[in-house]
Amino acid sequence: MSGVILMRSMLLLAVGESARQNVSIFDPASPQAESIRNLGILVLAITGGIFLVVEGILFYTMFRFRRGAPPGPLVPNPDPKVPPPVTVEPAGTSPEPPQVYGSKPIEIAWTAAPTLVVLILLLVITRTLWEIAPDRPEPHEGDNALFVTVIGRQWWWEYRYDHYNGRPLGFTTANELHIPVGRDGKDYPVYLTLQSADVCHSFWVPRLAGKTDLIPGRTNHMTFHTATAGLYVGQCAEYCGTQHAKMLLRVNAQPSEEFESWLRHEEQPATDVETVREDKHVFLKQSCVNCHLVRGTEKDTPARRREYAPDLTHLMSRKTLASGIIVNDVKTLRDWVRDPQNIKAGCLMPAFGLSDRELDSVVRYLLTLR
Amino acid sequence: MAVAEQTTSEPKPDAAAEHGPEPGSLLDWLTTVDHKKLGLLYIFLSLFFLVVGGIEALLMRWQLMWPDYDFVTRDRFNALFTMHGTTMVFFVGMPILIGLGNYFVPLMIGARDMAFPRLNAFGLWATLFGGFLVYFSFATGGAPALGWFAYAPLTEKTFSRGPATDLWALGLIVSGAGTIAGGVNFIATILGMRAPGMTLFKVPFFVWTMLWTSFLILVAIPPLTAGLIMILLDRNLGAHFFDAQNGGSAIMWQHMFWFFGHPEVYILILPVFGMVSEIIPVFSRKVLFGYEFMAAATMGIAFVSLGVWAHHMFTVGMTRTQDLFFVASTLIISIPTGIKFFNWLATMYGGRLRFESPMLFCFGFLSMFLIGGLTGIMLAAAPFTFQLSDTYFVVAHFHWVLIGGTLFGTFAGIYYWYPKMTGRMLDERLAKWQFWLLYIGFMLTFGPMHISGMLGMARRIYTYEADRGWMFWNQLTTVGALIQAPSFAIFIWNVIVSWRKGKPAGDNPWDAWTLEWATASPPPSYNFEEVPVVHSRRPLWDLKHPDDPDWKYEHE
Ligand code: HEC
Ligand SMILES: [Cu+2]
Ligand SMILES: [Cu+2]
Repeated sequence: MSGVILMRSMLLLAVGESARQNVSIFDPASPQAESIRNLGILVLAITGGIFLVVEGILFYTMFRFRRGAPPGPLVPNPDPKVPPPVTVEPAGTSPEPPQVYGSKPIEIAWTAAPTLVVLILLLVITRTLWEIAPDRPEPHEGDNALFVTVIGRQWWWEYRYDHYNGRPLGFTTANELHIPVGRDGKDYPVYLTLQSADVCHSFWVPRLAGKTDLIPGRTNHMTFHTATAGLYVGQCAEYCGTQHAKMLLRVNAQPSEEFESWLRHEEQPATDVETVREDKHVFLKQSCVNCHLVRGTEKDTPARRREYAPDLTHLMSRKTLASGIIVNDVKTLRDWVRDPQNIKAGCLMPAFGLSDRELDSVVRYLLTLR
Repeated sequence: MAVAEQTTSEPKPDAAAEHGPEPGSLLDWLTTVDHKKLGLLYIFLSLFFLVVGGIEALLMRWQLMWPDYDFVTRDRFNALFTMHGTTMVFFVGMPILIGLGNYFVPLMIGARDMAFPRLNAFGLWATLFGGFLVYFSFATGGAPALGWFAYAPLTEKTFSRGPATDLWALGLIVSGAGTIAGGVNFIATILGMRAPGMTLFKVPFFVWTMLWTSFLILVAIPPLTAGLIMILLDRNLGAHFFDAQNGGSAIMWQHMFWFFGHPEVYILILPVFGMVSEIIPVFSRKVLFGYEFMAAATMGIAFVSLGVWAHHMFTVGMTRTQDLFFVASTLIISIPTGIKFFNWLATMYGGRLRFESPMLFCFGFLSMFLIGGLTGIMLAAAPFTFQLSDTYFVVAHFHWVLIGGTLFGTFAGIYYWYPKMTGRMLDERLAKWQFWLLYIGFMLTFGPMHISGMLGMARRIYTYEADRGWMFWNQLTTVGALIQAPSFAIFIWNVIVSWRKGKPAGDNPWDAWTLEWATASPPPSYNFEEVPVVHSRRPLWDLKHPDDPDWKYEHE
């Protein structure tokens, strides 16, 4: 086992981890993350400066005043040709150095200096704090704004799409968030409402924004926008139980037309494909629908529109399964439905012991949920 | 004359020895109320748990050596980091400092014991039983998997079913009671039992810091205890304190925990400030620079540290004004800390520095604690923490403070006082090996964590994705941990071997100035034959330099 992993990691090193995902906080893709990055660099510079000075004094003092160092005042040797007198005293016999009990002016000076630094830091921090403060406007037409309610669950993400450009949406999807990117200098802001259905989680996509926690009984907000299309990843950043490590985040930032067509598609109920009628029947007979919702099927009644599990209406429009931990294809989907515990042990979907035929049917049906 | 009458050990049978169990027997150790024996027991207790917590850390590090590795599985990993944190804070950090305080506070103030010897014994045994209770959870089918700050509602029965969480809470309540007992005892001892002439502003600096540590213990531990009791009520009697689904508040736990948790950091560092403030002067052959300012800074830290707790909660969605308040208070606390640092530098400046083991570890402390302090300033910048909180950067930061600060300083203290406690010197050569392995291993372990954190690696994940580019940094970290490990083994070995075979120490091997060095090594059970009379902060200096005593220069 470890041999395989070793080889795999060496391979990764060899190919330079080509498919690397960027999650660095120093590579911002939104003004919010950028503003934090700038503050970060400033703070790093200030503390770095303090570090050099103080550590420098420390090492200098250590060296200069070590026992056996040449005594005398700290003046450069006037005549480099004549070496300074070296007096090494045997331990214990040396007289004690002059005792200095303290000095008020000096104390005042080195209280004032850090106080000044603190004041400067406080000012720049305040500026950034307000710069990136999440706001919460009312949705209205022409605002190009996307409003999504994010609900953290052990160990996946539920996304309720609330409004886009002033238009109420009201559909739910899971694990892969889609957002529009700005265009022609126009921002497409994203307003997230963060809630939790069970324990504390934290929504963190480093390149888009700092993290904000999802806390049961509390509603938090997050605002960001980006002008760069692409995939942004992250993960839950507050320990939330067994599979906390496998609660990954994926945000697809798309050009607005692409995003809008995705939106229109997601709003539709599930497609009803003639050829899998039989399979659909098998699926609906299973307990799956007790937890999962497939919009537009006969099991989709208002009473059932409570989410215990990822919405499957457009399952195949997602690239990954189980909050981003495996790619979504025929094989992994089948593996997942057969025994999720094998892939994400401890997750809240049990294995159902479906027969191979049932399994084939269910998967065939799921594959049509584009 | 500073010390009226010096005494070297003239072991005379004391009362306890005549009627109690045979001195040195097991029963004697189990029933002792002597502050020195209890101090040693505290230290042994924490060294034991240090090994346990260290092994837990190594297991975690090996698991993170490769992405998607499965050396320890998820639940076990989650239990490991919970137990590692709990162990290191409650059963290593606090006991070892309380242990050293127990041993040396009475000696340094010229007292014969702590104010309440029996309460003292209670503190020790409560701490030990608390630790056992927490570890007992392993026998019930798995240790708690909560993280050491155990955020609600993860601690509710719904999310953590087994008895592990109950045992964890119970254990911390019990050991917390022991800690509070220790705090009360220190305060009573320091306020009431100082030698004649030793005013409150003439106590050795270590004693001063223990006083304020005890103050923090009394303020900080009770809220934690209350919170833990609420957890037990929630879990076992159907209360809903932290159960948001039933009108409880998950965030209240966070406030209660961190109202304890931040002062706790200072409980773990103030005594260390005290120790290095004893050692640096002795090994620089100079008086502590600016004692009054150092003393005031300690008080300042103790008070301000009560108002910064929510800097651990910058991501819970406070208002900007609340954020700003905690940014400001956190930044302000760096000012007194800075003052201390400068005073240590000034103490060394112009001195004659000896680099025996205690000073070597003080050097480790100074050079590393500075870094931990500076990353603390970075994390005080709330927006930066929106990114960095709950990442490996934070893990790096607090290990830099707790190992670079607390541990290096504590080792300095142990090397400094071991001769007094045992009458023997620790081996200097082994000390150097230990120091350099620890110094290098430590930097290699926690340095790269800053980077993995900034590259987006969240903490408390039992494994990570291969495509995130974190593997290299994690491997460095693991290698660093492997380099550190033998340094602890060397230390334990040194402690054991030197106990019997070390060079005899004599009463005052370092030529130091505080009262503990005026009695024999190890001190007799009554500490001082005659209670010394004190005129300054450095009584033994006065004794040695009658022409130029300290009290001429000290003012209060
Ligand atoms: C007890 C409730 C429950 C039942 C019943 C259930 N699931 Fe799930 N399912 C879940 C949960 C919870 C998840 C999310 C797991 C995770 O990522 O941690 C999930 C995830 C999935 C996913 C991945 C969705 C995604 O986008 O990541 C698929 C596909 C799935 N289930 C299919 C099924 C099928 C098919 C059945 C019936 C055979 C079924 N489930 C029955 C709870 C359930
Ligand atoms: Cu989570
Ligand atoms: Cu803190």
